[in-house]
Amino acid sequence: MSTIDSAAGPALLPAPFADWFESKGWRPRAHQMELLSRASAGESLLLIAPTGAGKTLAGFLPALTDLTRRGKIPPGSAFTGVHTLYISPLKALAVDIERNLTKPVSEMGLPITIETRTGDTPQAKRQRQRLNPPDILLTTPEQVALLIANGEAERFFKDLKYVIFDELHSLVTSKRGHLLSLGLARLRRLAPSLRTIGLSATVAEPMDLRRWLVAQSPDGESHAGLVTAPGGAKPVITILRSEERVPWSGHSAKYAMPEVYEAIKAHRTALLFVNTRSQAEILFQALWAINEDTLPIALHHGSLDVGQRRKVEQAMAENRLRAVVATSTLDLGIDWGDVDLVIHVGAPKGASRLAQRIGRANHRMDEPSRAILVPANRFEVMECQAALDANYLGAQDTPPVGHGTLDVLAQHVLGMACAAPFDENDLFAEVTTASPYTGLPREKFARIVRFVATGGYALKTYERYARIRKTADGLWRVSNPGVAQQYRLNLGTIVEMPMLNVRMVKRGAKGAVGRGGASLGKVEEYFLEMLSPGDTFLFSGKVLRFEGIRENECLVSQAFSLDPKVPAYAGGKFPLSTYLADQVRSMLDDPARWGELPEQVRDWLALQRDVSSLPKRDELLIETFPRGSRHYMVAYPFEGRLAHQTLGMLLTRRLERAGRRPLGFVATDYSLAIWALDDLGYSFAVERPSLENLFDEDMLGDDLEAWLDESFMLKRTFRNCAVIAGLIEQRHPGKEKNGRQVTVSADLIYDVLRSHEPDHILLEATRADAAAGLLDIQRLGDMLARIKGHITHRRLTRISPLAVPIMLEIGRETVAGEAQDFLLAEAAEDLIAEAMGEAGI
Amino acid sequence: MQRLALASMEIEDFGTVSARTVVAGVEAVCDPLGALYLPETRLLVVSDLHLEKGAAFARRGMMLPPYDTLATLKVLEAVIARHDPAIVVSLGDNFHDRVGSAHLPEIFRTKIADLARGRDWIWINGNHDPDGTVDLPGQSADELHYAGLAFRHEPSLVSPAGEIAGHLHPAATVIRREKAVRRPCFATDGRRLLMPAFGLMSGGLDLRHKAMTGLFERQNLIAHMMGRDRIYSVRFSNLRG
Repeated sequence: MSTIDSAAGPALLPAPFADWFESKGWRPRAHQMELLSRASAGESLLLIAPTGAGKTLAGFLPALTDLTRRGKIPPGSAFTGVHTLYISPLKALAVDIERNLTKPVSEMGLPITIETRTGDTPQAKRQRQRLNPPDILLTTPEQVALLIANGEAERFFKDLKYVIFDELHSLVTSKRGHLLSLGLARLRRLAPSLRTIGLSATVAEPMDLRRWLVAQSPDGESHAGLVTAPGGAKPVITILRSEERVPWSGHSAKYAMPEVYEAIKAHRTALLFVNTRSQAEILFQALWAINEDTLPIALHHGSLDVGQRRKVEQAMAENRLRAVVATSTLDLGIDWGDVDLVIHVGAPKGASRLAQRIGRANHRMDEPSRAILVPANRFEVMECQAALDANYLGAQDTPPVGHGTLDVLAQHVLGMACAAPFDENDLFAEVTTASPYTGLPREKFARIVRFVATGGYALKTYERYARIRKTADGLWRVSNPGVAQQYRLNLGTIVEMPMLNVRMVKRGAKGAVGRGGASLGKVEEYFLEMLSPGDTFLFSGKVLRFEGIRENECLVSQAFSLDPKVPAYAGGKFPLSTYLADQVRSMLDDPARWGELPEQVRDWLALQRDVSSLPKRDELLIETFPRGSRHYMVAYPFEGRLAHQTLGMLLTRRLERAGRRPLGFVATDYSLAIWALDDLGYSFAVERPSLENLFDEDMLGDDLEAWLDESFMLKRTFRNCAVIAGLIEQRHPGKEKNGRQVTVSADLIYDVLRSHEPDHILLEATRADAAAGLLDIQRLGDMLARIKGHITHRRLTRISPLAVPIMLEIGRETVAGEAQDFLLAEAAEDLIAEAMGEAGI
Repeated sequence: MQRLALASMEIEDFGTVSARTVVAGVEAVCDPLGALYLPETRLLVVSDLHLEKGAAFARRGMMLPPYDTLATLKVLEAVIARHDPAIVVSLGDNFHDRVGSAHLPEIFRTKIADLARGRDWIWINGNHDPDGTVDLPGQSADELHYAGLAFRHEPSLVSPAGEIAGHLHPAATVIRREKAVRRPCFATDGRRLLMPAFGLMSGGLDLRHKAMTGLFERQNLIAHMMGRDRIYSVRFSNLRG
């Protein structure tokens, strides 16, 4: 380990620490000492450091030295609350940190108690922790919410000095981060002198995080101090150059498997990252198909059984594996054994994500990480190249912190009522110290409080059933103890799609299904609905035969099939980041940069230039051409799949209104294709409608509103908001609801509410949420403004090279909303045809 | 479901949006709003209204919108206006819980009285509301036998012939090109007919669910599925393409 001298070092460090460093032959690093001295002086701080920079130890040093000076609490002393709270986004990370922290603490013989508290902690231990807290508690955001909603929170946190947030950059951008920011606001009230320490990877806007860490006031913003550790060695990243043909479309990268396998063989341990769980299953299967040396290669993704995931992690830590195929479940934190290579299969979609994932290889700062990018198709080749350039440039495209959402606020308000009766003005003042909620209008807060009490409906028939009530002393309090129990059961911001547990069974001789065996994980119910007994699918790295559904479980048996289906998981795909999209556009526009690209991709682009044209960096290229009995238009905005989907929906409506008879559309990260019965090329040429009008920004007005309210995506967003806000329970005391029941009722509730009270606070929250997330409306708006007056139309007689990838996607999309009735009509027509046939005999 | 929107729409040709069927020799029409009409006896059947479902949940601490009763009654009003039946049979689970009808707000009580004026109204008792209704027009009964048919809430296991029942909220799933669409349906094999739930905040149970086992002769089973604006009739064997 490298050593960096620091003059301030010895004076600040108590003797046991100095001795310990000495015995290891280490010296504390400059950023560790800077953080220690500034935090000890009372400052809250954000530490930005690359992986391997001793971030964790740096974060704990102020607390450890303070506790060392305090010494052991003599038995029989008055109750002492927890001294330091460490909050991590992952349970596994908290457990890992306990291991890594306990070692130096016991080696130094420090009088400090350290414990974890997660969802897995037994009830008895939690009980004991409340009565006799450890000095340092390692926990998760959900546990913090539970602790502060407890009646004993005041006592428990009264001595709190430090709150350490690990992987802060990944915590703050989600609803989970919003809830945690409100929790922090409450902790500050319980322990006004507490200091915060945020640990983060490099981010685009450090100031967002610095504000997040400290109380905001109406008089002006304040922010935590910043400590930056020097970057480590530059990673060595290459793009896999395959001898094989790079496919036009698809995401499996099967073509490159022999080369990927050779790379695994040439290293000690490789981590293979993919973007979705389906890709993970396919890649894992493809590797094992050619694993002639039977190398130990494992699979890790969020739908797999927890026990199985822990086994893989354990084997990893003990260096028993040669490769692990993983999704974002392994993006963060945990220190793996000897990973010396990261292989990223498929484009990384964001430069920051790529940097983070590459950091998983080689946790030593002074040695470069090694990574290979494996593009799955031709557009991804360009995207990988752009990401690679970005990583060298140090560009960052982490998402913004965003405004605090109202559903999360509702959950927090109920939690605070469970903790103790509250005054509405006081609580408002408190929540607006949290940076995501600083701009919250007082009136909106009042509506949220009423929502928590009675649902906040204009029709006031629920007063007598209110969950919280304002009593004569002016304080809001819970109506009965059942409310707190309900709150605890439904706390959290992670809403799962309806999933069924997958259980292995043995098939009897006559096809009878035996009793249950091992649980393999969870699959979306939507996927299972499509299967008939006997169908095969790929899951948990195995080909499984679907046997049927019993109670809330999907029963499967081992099977063999060359063509199993692969479950798709909703929401698993990251959209292409704005930054990378811009890079890809500029690369297309600049043939001088094509030298970096493989020959077959260069040829493809050159051919496109000859038969059509290449989109300029700030223009929108539209191609139209006939194919079969249909007419197509393909647009190349490069704004990511979500924005393209929204755009496709809006353009289709407009074309419909203009009488152009559109039939459907499909969207990818790079382009959008719409097909119609009318000749679209001719229509645009004679300006019926003109492309300028078709792409006018005003589509984001009424058209958007009208479509949005009907959209399937809005219903899904509503379900999330309703669950988080506590309108719909995921769990009721004594009754486990499965996901399916929640889905059905959420859709129906949405329809009833929308038709009777369209401006209800929860619908408002839903629309805001959808606009920010699922629909990427901001991004679409920026794009429409950018391309105004810069639309180029190419009328072609046939499909262009650049259009091939998206044309290959047609038919793979799922249908939603209005299109669903077409399927019903199809099935019903079969019945008519059958009846006609009978009549004809 | 856009049933509420559909209820307020003018329908030009009712024949093309509804579906005819025959149960134990009795002619019936499946209305796209979710009711069954028997033209010979001018009898209208609705099932599983689950009125006051929102309030029932609010009593347990879940503040669902209080508009479900209003919405369901609006659709009921539209379907009654269309057929002007002499008899209305509400096939059980009329209210979502036992105290539902006693706590019914006055405006809804008046509404139901208006709808029932000039016709017979029969409330069949369901498992959610076994005690009958309080202060509402019409009569309560466990079963009704009329015009060669038996009307009861839960389908009986012994006598399928000529039975019109509710309770299970049947829904069917059409699968085409690896895409699935699920909708509530009238399910009949010509002997018995199961009604879809009429309540706007009530979900559905798939015809393949084990609770449906043994209720129908599958080779004759047809699902009259409720589409956006019309009924689609699909043979059971044809649901999965």
